[in-house]
Amino acid sequence: MAPFFLIIPLAAAFIMTLISRTDERIRDVFAILVAISLPVLSILTLMKVAIPAGSVLVHRMSGFMPPAGIAFVVDGLSAFMLVTVNSVALFVIVYSSGYMKKYTDKWKFYALFFMMISGINGVLIASDIFNLYVFMEIAAIAAYFLVAFGTGAEELEASFKYAIMGTVASAFILLGIAFLYGYTSTLNMMDMASVISTLPQVRTIQFISVLFLMGFGLKAALVPFHAWLAYAHSSAPAPVSAMLSGVLIKALGIYAIARIFFSVFGMSAEICQILIALGVLSMIVGAILAFGQSDIKKIFAYSTVSQIGYISLALGVATPLAFVGAIFHLFNHSAVKSLLFLNSGSIEHMTGTRELSRISGVVKNAPVTGYTTLLGALSISGVPPFGGFWSKLIIIFACIQAGHPFLALIAVLVSVMTLAYYFVSMTGVLFGVKADAAGFVNKIHPAMKAGVIAMALIVLFAPLALLPDVKKILIDGAVSVLVNGRAYADMMLGAIK
Amino acid sequence: MITYFLCLVLFAIGLFCVVRKRNIIKIIIGIGIMEYAINLFFVLVGYRTHGRSPIFARDQMVTNMVDPLPQSVALTAIVISLSVTLMLVAVAIRIYERYGTFDITKINRLKG
Repeated sequence: MAPFFLIIPLAAAFIMTLISRTDERIRDVFAILVAISLPVLSILTLMKVAIPAGSVLVHRMSGFMPPAGIAFVVDGLSAFMLVTVNSVALFVIVYSSGYMKKYTDKWKFYALFFMMISGINGVLIASDIFNLYVFMEIAAIAAYFLVAFGTGAEELEASFKYAIMGTVASAFILLGIAFLYGYTSTLNMMDMASVISTLPQVRTIQFISVLFLMGFGLKAALVPFHAWLAYAHSSAPAPVSAMLSGVLIKALGIYAIARIFFSVFGMSAEICQILIALGVLSMIVGAILAFGQSDIKKIFAYSTVSQIGYISLALGVATPLAFVGAIFHLFNHSAVKSLLFLNSGSIEHMTGTRELSRISGVVKNAPVTGYTTLLGALSISGVPPFGGFWSKLIIIFACIQAGHPFLALIAVLVSVMTLAYYFVSMTGVLFGVKADAAGFVNKIHPAMKAGVIAMALIVLFAPLALLPDVKKILIDGAVSVLVNGRAYADMMLGAIK
Repeated sequence: MITYFLCLVLFAIGLFCVVRKRNIIKIIIGIGIMEYAINLFFVLVGYRTHGRSPIFARDQMVTNMVDPLPQSVALTAIVISLSVTLMLVAVAIRIYERYGTFDITKINRLKG
């Protein structure tokens, strides 16, 4: 089951280049079929992992037994992330089959996109830390190319700066892996966890932690490593922005941090404090920077920085309730931010501008885009009864329960700030009537509407994930992986062998 | 010990190039130097004193060989760094077409 998450998108990328000369409709249908197969597969995987609770799927490669051989392991956290990633990817593919018509060589976009998906899926199922690095680079290189897909001056510049920063981050991660291998003499993450617990406590782990925090922190766009995000996300084509903001920074950043620091190194008070500090910094700085932006995509990009801060804060608080909040907020943010970025693409397509001051009356002129944007903005700014409200509430409760009332206060304040900047920026865009506004010249393609509506339904029904039956399947497996930490790795090692 | 120190110096030179140089081609070369330093470090991690190459032959007892795993990791890392370099150079060429310069301080349309 597990290797198909790699095989299907990789094969699709190659087949896409082979059928690049056929009719455009054939390629669109092929891409959508492949994209449908992945979420179906991931939901089946999630069912297998969640029932009975705490089971793992293991795929051994080439007949060698782990820890010497390489294995793919799907546990609760991986399965949850796979469902999130592949569902978002499906709607983005449906949307881009309409949106990418204005670019030449749409098949190149599909090929790179599937490469990126296979890289992300590889990161999520890798049980070997060097494998994680390789898949991370596959996803990142595809992302660098996709950011530059429009080949305009700004796209190229954003792509180059993103690529330089991303490569330096990858270099630090690789250096950390080298130190880790020298320290533990193994590359398998489960084996590494059990080896580290038997070795004497020296300063090596702290040093490696700093290297990994630099590298993965940049991939996750935590402040102070967030400089690339606003450029890359606002310059890329809208579907790519949706993927980057909704999925890539979470899989390459947050997931990798959670996996390495909680499952391999074991939770330590210092790491939790650093995660809390980075999270609070990201929340506040992202919210402040989102004020006063004149570009609709930049507001969404800085809002991403702020919301990633929430997830990092919840991971740092490290109680079971906080983990529920982190996982659920990650899910909400993936859906909402993808939806908002897709809508920013629709608005740009219709009006030909991204300037806030020149867009107005979207709800009246384009009801689908307008109402879905409204839904997304309400959800992420924490208005009840939408998903974002519940996840932020859980995080705030978890802070109070863990004895950090000050952090809870900051979370509430940033939530208010989020509501404020969305209110200030979106009211004029959605309901305003301006004389000098850009006209709605282009019609949006039905495929774009379909993708956006499907995404909006996910956002609308996201709170249902907190119902006990659904929560047991979707969230609890991921939370138990985070809660058990290193004990989980020992259990996994038993399952693998 | 001196080898590890020189490896660190090489990494620092690469990082200095990335941070301080203004020409984007030199920045790309700096990233290459960083990758080389890390690959060298990987090989050093796997080195054993007086170790020989990790090849099994049919009729000899090899008692002391170097660790082959970091070498294979370094090979993979070299391939990855090649593809990253390729991508960066391709984007640099297109940037030169658009901006007419390789100076990173003049490539600054993304303000605000």
